[in-house]
Formats: sequence, C-alpha cells, structure tokens
Amino acid sequence: MLDRDEDILKAAEDWQKAGRGVALATVVETWGSAPRPAGSSLVINDEGTFLGSVSGGCVEGAVVTEAMDVIQSGKPRMLEFGVADETAWNVGLSCGGTIRVFVEKVG
Amino acid sequence: MKLAILHELNAERAARRPVILVTDTETGEQRLVKAADFAKDPLRAELEKQLRMGKSANVEVAGKKLFLNVYAPTAKLVIVGAVHISQALAPLARSLGYDVTVVDPRTAFASPERFPDIPLIAEWPDTALPPLNVDAYTAFVAVTHDPKIDDPALLHAFERNCFYIGALGSRKTHTKRGDRLRAQGAKESDIARIHAPIGLAIGAVSPSEIAVAIMAEITAVLRLPPKEKEEAA
Repeated sequence: MLDRDEDILKAAEDWQKAGRGVALATVVETWGSAPRPAGSSLVINDEGTFLGSVSGGCVEGAVVTEAMDVIQSGKPRMLEFGVADETAWNVGLSCGGTIRVFVEKVG
Repeated sequence: MKLAILHELNAERAARRPVILVTDTETGEQRLVKAADFAKDPLRAELEKQLRMGKSANVEVAGKKLFLNVYAPTAKLVIVGAVHISQALAPLARSLGYDVTVVDPRTAFASPERFPDIPLIAEWPDTALPPLNVDAYTAFVAVTHDPKIDDPALLHAFERNCFYIGALGSRKTHTKRGDRLRAQGAKESDIARIHAPIGLAIGAVSPSEIAVAIMAEITAVLRLPPKEKEEAA
C-alpha cells in the first residue's frame, strides 16, 4: 500500500505499548471486484476499537470478532469472505468479489 | 507481528524509506526487508518487482506461501514554477496519488486563485526547498523558464537524488542550461538525469496536454523496469 492511509500501524504500536491486546488484519488476496486492495489493513484492540478497513465496511464486524480470538490465542488465522462463501448471506461482499484476510496478533 | 518488527516498520515508514514485509501465511513467520537490502535477498527479483509496482502480492517460493506487503512512501511532486502548465499538472498529479507542492517566488504566479487547494510556497528555491524534504520518492519538475529560479532548484534535485527530474525548454535551451549548471559544479551524470525537453513525446500542444506528457513520463520512470525505461525514453 502507498502510505496514504491513516496511520493505523502507528496506532497498533501505540496500543500495544499501552498494554492493550492488539491484532492486525491484512487483506492478502483479492479476486473480482474487491473494495480494498491487497495490503490494506485493519487494527483491532481487545476493547473492540478498530481503525482502518479491509473492505468497504462489509466484513469488518466479522473480522473484529475473529481478531478477538486471535488476541486470546496468539495464533494467526486466515479468513475468507466472498459471495461463494456460505457465510456470504451474513457478511458477504456486496460487490461480488472475494477476499482473504490474514489476522495476526501484535507483540 | 512481533513488536520489534512493527517498530522497525513504523520507523522506516516515518523516514520515507520503502520496505516490504514478508509473511509466511501458513506459519505466521515474518521478516522485514529494507529496499537497501533487496540486492542481497533471495527474493530479490520479486521484491524489486513489487516495490516498483507499489503493489502487495502473494508468491510461492520453495513450497512456502509468502505474502509480500509493500510499504512505499507516498510519492511527492515538487513543481518549481507556478505557470499555466503547473495549473494543469498539479491537480492531475494529485489525482494520480502524488503529494504536490508548487514553488515560485513570483507572487503574481504563485497565487491561491490560480492554484486552489494546492500547497504553494512563494519563496526562492533556496528558502522553499530545504524544508520540503525532497527525496528519492520525489519527482521534481522545473518549469519557470527562468534560470535564476530553475537552476538552483535543479541543483537541489540532483543533491536529493529525485527519482525523476524534468525541465521545460527546447533542446537549445537545455544545452545552455547544461553549460550553466556545469559552471555551478553539477556533474555530467547529474545533467544527464534531466528529462528535457520535458514529457513523453506525444505531440502535446496545450498546457493540459503537456501536463499529461509530463505525468506519463514520470509514471514510466516510476513503474517500468530499467531496460524498458530506456526504450520508452
């Protein structure tokens, strides 16, 4: 990503240093018309506060929920969202694309 | 992501130095590769290609699935000369994602009415340029046609190793410019870096068309691999 995004990586570092549990979710692959390109990221803390985006707002809720588990377990996880996905009815991408999101703990 | 990696990533970004974060998406293992270290990296070719494109991507190397996340600084464009071409060039460059600044000591030219919403500095290059942190992620164009303004600006661009340096003027004008810059201590290799006449040869006539030619040339220098770049020039 070009560094035009708001500085969410700085927030990730600041939150971690302030003693919060922090996870980083990054779009690693897209197919079709995905709203955010590979490299876009979302940072989440254990209070549920998040910054940035991995989609146009379609799947952020689900990513935040998964991120909570990742902060707990410390194990990274790969998430996939798309219209072909069974969960699409709930949290699919309205644009018809598919994205894979890598969620990892910071620290 | 380990805190040490995140800290280093943020430090490199703050310093406007490009880096790529390599993540094994199966194990979560990560390493950060600074652009200065690409040449000695086993993923050299992939890293160089992705940085040039400014695009993150997945690669598979020796059975490992790796995600290369590119952190490239926002490219800047410094336009010396608040002339008619610049009025078309500044918004065009901005739409292409550049941070644009226009410098011209002539206040009649550098007026907000002529450049709505574009950062303007109505100072001589010696005063205006040092605080702009002109760097290797900066494209630099000198279009005043006035040697008193263009020449010191170009000397600054050489010193800061801008990825693109262009100057307005015919071949004849450019030959004279070369002589003047040489007399002021510029190296032959510096002068050779100037794209002049500025812009790709697309037969541009109007200021807007010249702006398109300039941005096309800057894009080619930014994105094409070195060999194809030579062919385009």
